[in-house]
Amino acid sequence: MARERTEVNDIDRSIYDFRYEEKDSDFYKIKEGLDREIVEEISEKKKDPAWMRDFRLRSLEIYNEKSIPTWGPPIDGLDMKNIVTYVKPKTKMTADWDEVPKDIKETFDKLGIPQAERKSLAGVGAQYDSELVYHNLQEEAASKGVVYTDLESALHGPYAKMIEEHFMHLVPPTDHKFAALHGAVWSGGSFVYVPKGVSVEIPLQSYFRLNAPGAGQFEHTLIIVDEGAYLHFIEGCSAPKYNIANLHAGCVELFVGKNAHLRYSTIENWSKNMYNLNTKRAIVAEGGTMEWVSGSFGSHVSYLYPMTILNGRGAKSEFTGVTFAGHGQNLDTGAKMVHNAEDTSSYINTRSISKDGGVSTYRSSVVIGRNAKNAKSAVSCQSLMLDSDSRSDTIPAMDVRTQQADVGHEARIGRISDDAVFYLMSRGLSEEDARAMIVSGFADTVSKELPLEYAVEMNNLIRLEMVGAIG
Amino acid sequence: MADLLNVKDLCVSVEEKGILHGINLSVKRGETHVLMGPNGAGKSTLGNAIMGNPRYTVESGKILFEGEDITEEAVDKRARRGIYLSFQNPLEVPGVTLGNFIRSAMEQRSGKRIRLWDFKKEMKKALELLHMDPSYAERDLNVGFSGGEKKKAEILQLLMLKPALAILDETDSGLDVDAVRTVSEGVEEYQKSMDGALIIITHATRILESLKVDRTHIIVNGRMEDEGDASLVDRINQEGFERYMTPVSKV
Repeated sequence: MARERTEVNDIDRSIYDFRYEEKDSDFYKIKEGLDREIVEEISEKKKDPAWMRDFRLRSLEIYNEKSIPTWGPPIDGLDMKNIVTYVKPKTKMTADWDEVPKDIKETFDKLGIPQAERKSLAGVGAQYDSELVYHNLQEEAASKGVVYTDLESALHGPYAKMIEEHFMHLVPPTDHKFAALHGAVWSGGSFVYVPKGVSVEIPLQSYFRLNAPGAGQFEHTLIIVDEGAYLHFIEGCSAPKYNIANLHAGCVELFVGKNAHLRYSTIENWSKNMYNLNTKRAIVAEGGTMEWVSGSFGSHVSYLYPMTILNGRGAKSEFTGVTFAGHGQNLDTGAKMVHNAEDTSSYINTRSISKDGGVSTYRSSVVIGRNAKNAKSAVSCQSLMLDSDSRSDTIPAMDVRTQQADVGHEARIGRISDDAVFYLMSRGLSEEDARAMIVSGFADTVSKELPLEYAVEMNNLIRLEMVGAIG
Repeated sequence: MADLLNVKDLCVSVEEKGILHGINLSVKRGETHVLMGPNGAGKSTLGNAIMGNPRYTVESGKILFEGEDITEEAVDKRARRGIYLSFQNPLEVPGVTLGNFIRSAMEQRSGKRIRLWDFKKEMKKALELLHMDPSYAERDLNVGFSGGEKKKAEILQLLMLKPALAILDETDSGLDVDAVRTVSEGVEEYQKSMDGALIIITHATRILESLKVDRTHIIVNGRMEDEGDASLVDRINQEGFERYMTPVSKV
């Protein structure tokens, strides 16, 4: 007898797949590949100050010297000769949605960006390919002195010096090959400054959309939260699917001041032709708190390990992440915590799900320096494989240089138990509901940290299309 | 009145090992049947086969529920018809609260949305009856529950889901005196106010003390060896199963 069998399908990413044929006349595209001429042209187009132009060229040299990392998932499918590093929509950045070109506006409409702004955000930035097309900050936040703008404008405004003092100081181009690449061709992204003691009650959100086939997106996010201030920043990313490789090598640098608090949430839903080689790093001063919430659902290959440097006494960081790797995906994700002062504490809590041949690797590093007396660190990573074709690995590293530290680690890898499915079904739940309940329950500790609309979306993604019949 | 449950010549195997060899059992609406027998006799196998656990293969025979053949039916469909199994070892499901789970199971069965207010009221009543703290509704399903708490949570689900037939698989085992009494009160409530039919698999009799028992069945080596009224329970209690055993299995 053919027994009804069901399975949890891949996340349906087709809702992100809509796209408009980009007419070349609407966009300025630089030629494929990477050389000095291209970097100079980008710099010129962006009217860089002289120091930035030099910075780009120096980064290019470093890029050429560095080799491709060999310890992670293969990235052979990525050939820089074919990547277009700069695609500029022929429109100016605006603070009025009505001025955004129709095609681009409709794209963001479908992603729910302007609606979200009206409902629950203090400010929104929207980047389309290489440049921001929209940026707006609500008056209330602006009146408190909060700055939220694109990085290019900031380079020429009153905060130019602040940017020069921070830009790629936390993630230097020498860090790795793709940090160097970023330094050479970065474009777009956001600059946020929250002054001393100011608490931004509702979140700011930047949304990055990479629409051009074969292009790279290299946005730079620089956030400075001054002493005693609070900010919640949300970052969303998506792209339609193409048959050729796209590259995302963004960079996020976060500076958390004394007793300040920053929460940084990311939902990454790149299409499956995307190489996501992103670098994120935060430095936290005395008594400060850094919270990361990270959902990785998309991309063909991801290398993503947000790092926190706990640099002042009593600084804290928490990383909460969920990764879902489906067919054709190899997602290498995790976090890095560096304890560089007394009484610092960190907590890493992750869930990864792999299915249908997907590979999900958890990779983390906790470093407790000699001067980090009474540091506390706990790591909990759990993986769930939904079938026998899928893979999960955990690679946690710990480097503890002081006797006076409290370090804990817990890892679990498992499969959905048939007995648990039978148990739930015996109460009247269908098999797909039972499985979905187990999977979303597994991810629950993480998904409840996501901004509400994203948590709902994630649960919907997990539930979608789960019926299949096998003879 | 037609039978609620009819098991006819049922043969069941687990991993190709025959466990049940031609079981017959009829249960009418509202009746309480007790199933006793030595360890490994096939009592839990019968319960699981009636519920439709895919680990248990029906080799021959039939299971009818309200006159309809459900032998090949999936477990969730049987549950929606009104069959319930209280598990010996209820499973832990992290991230799903007991309350949310019961509510979605109720909605699945009725096909209707249940108002949160109504649900909470009913849940509160059932929790009180079982001497369970209201905070249990917010806890993850069976996660970190003690053995006794898990069994109480099974009876809580029974009271909320109100099936026509409940199979209790050693719900009383491993419980202290007070917990058995509480569970027994819950079962009594189901029996009386919901006119629920029961198949109680048990080794002990404490759970039966306040319950009316209609029939008792003795299962040995996968066969029904005896059947009687409530008094058979007392006789087994005094004499054990020895008289049903063949000399070979006595060794």
